[in-house]
Amino acid sequence: MARIQLSDLAHSYLPKPGGEDDFALKTINLTWDDGGAYALLGASGCGKSTLLNIISGLVHPTRGKILFDEDDMTAAPTTARNIAQVFQFPVVYDTMTVRDNLAFPLRNRGMPAAYIKDRVQQIAEMIGMDAQLSRKARGLTADEKQKISLGRGMVREDVNAILFDEPLTVIDPHMKWELRTQLKQLHREFGHTMIYVTHDQTEALTFADKVVVMHDGRVVQLGTPDELFQRPGHTFVGYFIGSPGMNLLEASVQGDTAQVAGNAVPLGGTYAAMSGRTQIGIRPEYVSFTDDQGGVPVTITRIEDVGRHRIVRADLAGTQINAVLPERMPLPADANRVVFAPEQIGVFEDDWRVDPAEGGTL
Amino acid sequence: MDKTQNNRAWVMVLPVLFLVAFSAVIPLMTVVNYAFNDTFGNNIFFWVGIEWFEEMLDSDRMWEALQRQLIFSGVILAIEVPLGIAVALAMPKKGVWASLCLVLMALPLLIPWNVVGTIWQVFARIDIGLLGATLGSMGIDFNLGQNSTAAWVTVVMMDVWHWTSLVVLLAYAGLQSIPDAYYQAAKIDQASRFAVFRYVELPKLKGVLLIAILLRFMDSFMIYTEPFVVTGGGPGSATTFLSIDLVKMALGQFDLGPAAAFSIMYFLVILLVSWAFYTIMVNLDREERSE
Repeated sequence: MARIQLSDLAHSYLPKPGGEDDFALKTINLTWDDGGAYALLGASGCGKSTLLNIISGLVHPTRGKILFDEDDMTAAPTTARNIAQVFQFPVVYDTMTVRDNLAFPLRNRGMPAAYIKDRVQQIAEMIGMDAQLSRKARGLTADEKQKISLGRGMVREDVNAILFDEPLTVIDPHMKWELRTQLKQLHREFGHTMIYVTHDQTEALTFADKVVVMHDGRVVQLGTPDELFQRPGHTFVGYFIGSPGMNLLEASVQGDTAQVAGNAVPLGGTYAAMSGRTQIGIRPEYVSFTDDQGGVPVTITRIEDVGRHRIVRADLAGTQINAVLPERMPLPADANRVVFAPEQIGVFEDDWRVDPAEGGTL
Repeated sequence: MDKTQNNRAWVMVLPVLFLVAFSAVIPLMTVVNYAFNDTFGNNIFFWVGIEWFEEMLDSDRMWEALQRQLIFSGVILAIEVPLGIAVALAMPKKGVWASLCLVLMALPLLIPWNVVGTIWQVFARIDIGLLGATLGSMGIDFNLGQNSTAAWVTVVMMDVWHWTSLVVLLAYAGLQSIPDAYYQAAKIDQASRFAVFRYVELPKLKGVLLIAILLRFMDSFMIYTEPFVVTGGGPGSATTFLSIDLVKMALGQFDLGPAAAFSIMYFLVILLVSWAFYTIMVNLDREERSE
């Protein structure tokens, strides 16, 4: 059990990295509090797995430090870190029985036999494999094997953290839900630090108390699921979280008004002058159609009914924009203008969120 | 589509039939013929039934040769398999050094048997051989012609030198095929180096090791050229293995009847062992495929 701190961490898979592009992980400063349930969210190839492997010691970082509480573990080998990790694809010891597989990490630590027996039984019940304990692990199905991998990850009670690297990829959807719920329950029960890597936002948002969003080797935001939704700190977060993602529009911002394709859009606060590329972002949930002369003209291209609500796809001066219409809300027949709720508009300069200089609730 | 029946197609099989007949069937049948007949010359043969087989089974000479043969095969397997695995584990996994190691390992395999024999014969000589002369100067009698321990040590060392590479290459290929994830998981589970070997590497090596053991067993069981060049089967009959004994009997003493019976039994033993290995491997494969 420990607080895990990453300071100025960077990693490149090249022996002699040159520019920033050579780095799979660009400078990262991050603290994982002891006992937190974290999700590490990002598109494939953004460095999530690398970060996980650095924490567990399978990969040694090019630069920076890893601290467990106050101890510098940067150079420590995996076996000295006491970290459990479950990989995307199942790894079982074929020649061992299910029981021996689950007991393996405990035996390697020299735990007493009676304790191992109880603990293995407990874990086996949790992953629903207690009937197959005496079977050879060879010949099990992929999701059974992955359950064993999960079980092996959770069998040690004194681990510093449990890392999950997209562990439910091979599990069928029904079981996925069940296992995730169990992981969550386990977290509540034992309070291990858990870091759960995924590219599936639903998985991240349902599992974690805190979500870390990574993009292109950087941590772009750490926050609660609600914060990520309401106040994305980076355009990638806005776009990646939510379904559909945040609408991003090129704009120029002056004071409390943004100019979008020649139309004035009122903002929730007053902003200082900006020099970089400026965009405004608005969640589809806060876009509504209007028939008066305010707002921004659009051309509706498609309406999708996804059950609970409808998604209206429209064209705003060459940029696609989405709006979510609540169930049963009629869409005016000649709807061709949209308005944005001013308090919900985020302003981004060079992809990073800018806070208003004064006023505004966001 | 209807298949055309044309019996003339059998003509196409003739060359193969011809080749197999002359390379295998006819020589083998000649041996079988000798094993059941006797002659007093003039190419007149008469049937003796299984007398030659009975004679060979009663002869101490064959049983002693078989015993030496089994000890030899057992000893070289006991050395080459563990040593081969150890060398394969110690070799670098990738890079220039890996390629260099592979080339060095493959070298002994490319040297013809009689050359290997000659190398070791010279190496072990007490007058000019590096090994023999060095040991001699240290006061150890390493005379291949008189000391049967020296003869055995040389023959075993020679086989280890010549053939451990084969086990190394097979084991190395087996090790390379183990995905990194297994090693990573073992690290996470805090497995010791031995536990990694026992539970990750050895199970994955099982298939290739069986092949290695089969090949080395068969090859050593039929070994002829190398010990013949080094010791000629001596001193006395200390290193007279089955095939050396067989050649002595057939060509040295021209006892074609007993030698033929001997050959057939030799052949059947080899066939039996190969079949046993084959069955084990096929079963292993099936088990793995049912995963």
